[in-house]
Amino acid sequence: MSPTITTSSEANGNVSAATARAAASAAASAEAAGPQPVTMAKALNTALADAMSADSSVLVFGEDVGLLGGVFRITDGLTATFGEQRCFDTPLAESGIVGMAVGMAINGMRPVIEMQFDAFAYPAFEQIVSHVAKMHNRTKGMVKLPMVIRIPYGGGIGGVEHHCDSSESYYAHTAGLKVYTPATVADGYRMLREAIDSDDPVVFMEPKKMYWTKDSVDLGELRRLHDSPGEGTTAGLGSEGRAAVARPGTDATLIAYGPSVPTALAAAEAAALEGRSLEVIDVRTIVPFDDETVSASVRKTGRAVVIAEAHGFASVSSEIVARVQERCFHYLAAPIRRVTGFDVPYPAPKLEKYYLPGVDRILDAVDDLQWEN
Amino acid sequence: MTISADHTAPDTTSPQEAPDTALNEAVKKFGITVEDYMLPARHQIQMVDPDGRLKPEGEQGTQPGHEYPVPGDKELLEAYERLVVGRRVNDQNSALVRQGRMAVYPSSHGQEACQVAAALCLSDGDWMFPTYRDAVAVMTRGVDPVQVMTIFRGDWHGGYDPLEYKVGIQCTPLTTQLLHAVGVAHAAKLRGEDTVVLAMCGDGATSEGDFHEALNFAAVFHLPVIFFVQNNKYAISVPLAHQSVAPSLAHKAVGYGMAGERVDGNDVVALLAVLDRAVKLAREGSGPLLVEANTYRMQAHTNADDDTRYRESAEVAEWRAKDPVNRMRTYLTDRGLLDDDGEARIREHAEAVAAQLREGLSEDVPVDPQELFRHVFERQTPQLKEQSAMLADELARDAAATDSKEAGK
Repeated sequence: MSPTITTSSEANGNVSAATARAAASAAASAEAAGPQPVTMAKALNTALADAMSADSSVLVFGEDVGLLGGVFRITDGLTATFGEQRCFDTPLAESGIVGMAVGMAINGMRPVIEMQFDAFAYPAFEQIVSHVAKMHNRTKGMVKLPMVIRIPYGGGIGGVEHHCDSSESYYAHTAGLKVYTPATVADGYRMLREAIDSDDPVVFMEPKKMYWTKDSVDLGELRRLHDSPGEGTTAGLGSEGRAAVARPGTDATLIAYGPSVPTALAAAEAAALEGRSLEVIDVRTIVPFDDETVSASVRKTGRAVVIAEAHGFASVSSEIVARVQERCFHYLAAPIRRVTGFDVPYPAPKLEKYYLPGVDRILDAVDDLQWEN
Repeated sequence: MTISADHTAPDTTSPQEAPDTALNEAVKKFGITVEDYMLPARHQIQMVDPDGRLKPEGEQGTQPGHEYPVPGDKELLEAYERLVVGRRVNDQNSALVRQGRMAVYPSSHGQEACQVAAALCLSDGDWMFPTYRDAVAVMTRGVDPVQVMTIFRGDWHGGYDPLEYKVGIQCTPLTTQLLHAVGVAHAAKLRGEDTVVLAMCGDGATSEGDFHEALNFAAVFHLPVIFFVQNNKYAISVPLAHQSVAPSLAHKAVGYGMAGERVDGNDVVALLAVLDRAVKLAREGSGPLLVEANTYRMQAHTNADDDTRYRESAEVAEWRAKDPVNRMRTYLTDRGLLDDDGEARIREHAEAVAAQLREGLSEDVPVDPQELFRHVFERQTPQLKEQSAMLADELARDAAATDSKEAGK
């Protein structure tokens, strides 16, 4: 590593010495060709490595992200590949991590920072709400904050208290933040690359129970699509504000995001056995929300259930119900139902199965959608 | 019961490089102990006393490793001019608030020496991160006075381009800006630039968590940040004794492994001497430093505050005798550096800036309601486009209704 790094980010018009895109990273050259079983963790890790190769202003820091590679190993190998100046551990202080990232973004960097767990991000809340979300507006866009705050979130892993919160509603409620949450391995790669490319700050919520989920994915192809947008079919359009139809159906729409998407898909599979065709929408980016895709699906099916792990009261799921109702009222055959976490603090591991939205609870809600009418 | 992440320790343990190299170098350079380097000198640094007399070298509060040369005449004359302008701006703005032409103005009346020194010690490539009370410092840094005061005018949250002037937007949430200063310094260091960053806060702010995090981050990453604390004795109504019982705020530095110094905050000569050296040391790689300026908020927190509820007028009078502007005028006049003509020219300059403010802030600035939506994101969202269209429609209908009413008259 050279003793100093240059900035290729032009977000704040600082330094424009465009760094040529590095050749494929070490990880890339070791990749097998074609679709392979890949974990979400590997996809995220590869996205970080590729973004760091492509742009020397991309920095990764947080707690235990260096030598250890993060408690979930999402930053594994980045310090070894890119050096301690590009991926490093900070003192244990979340407000410090976010606040320092704000300053780095002001001064030409594109920081990608890790909050170790959902509930450990709360000390950084003031920096996120008062500065990350407001700097662009405050300065009429003269100062941009191209930064990504990665947050592993949600339960389902038998975690102890403070390790399983679904905190997305706090960020989604804050004007000025984009909130992404991937639910597939391919989206893990795609959406993290797009978040890092974005000149808006992105809170990137990673469903931690899906870190070890494997899909058959061609990382090399995803990289090519990212680097040459437009060559693919829909990939070139980007993920921001674009929900996906995760499973087509005709009878009712299940709307889910992040860790609830696989649960919704399992429910749809079970419903199919009973002769009911459920469409599953993966929201992908909570902010901005894809009203178009969601409304089109509900208008088609006439029935909807919103599924989320977070507490239901005053939440992203409430917002989705309100938006669908405003846009699809005359198409609805039944009130929209929600299946969410109960309005209780996240429970202890032996109780979480009663708390989390499961297939049966979703199917019960679907059964309630006034089919006899 | 475990979480699924693997928390096992890494195979190799390579302790971080010891950060005490710079300390050892400083100790060697100044021929003192580590403690004597980091701890503030036993007395505050004061060069010109409240009566405007240069103190004998032995009585300036200096000691081995804490020596400060008196700044050059040119710098002192410029500082005086800025002091006079700063005082005039403070008082002009307070008047504009009384006249309803500004929403609010937290005045730095009495703290102008700190304001001026904070800006003059920096080079063009350096950065400053000010608070809401540091408008005079921002202006002294070269930002157009009317642009500086836009934040208090009520039509937007800030008026100048932070990247153009290398000055953060005057920050309201206490000490949050210190971490931004740390980040700017860190980015500059990674690129090999010799930028120094001056991060400003007050005595009350030292109680905030971000004060601790910023000092610690700056020290651990060995960054060229100067934390400049204006101890003006009050956080709105709460006196310093309720914020801290440390021997001084400068003593807090040692806990982070950086050097701290106390300076008479109404003595611009001492402030420049201490801050100039701090900037030089930081640029040479000393790591961060903490400078505490002992000053006083002469007026209420803002126009909305009533300071007679929490302090005696005798206390204020005592500090009036330590005024930074009068002190400097006496000193420069006695030294023959300032005569009546010079004084008149400086007053004229101050009046011109005041006139510029009166004109700039009395303008009825038209606001564009669509600006509500224009700057939230770099890449607009469909939802904000919708809301923007809704507001445009409301305004169009209002305008049409007004037109038809007028047509019917």
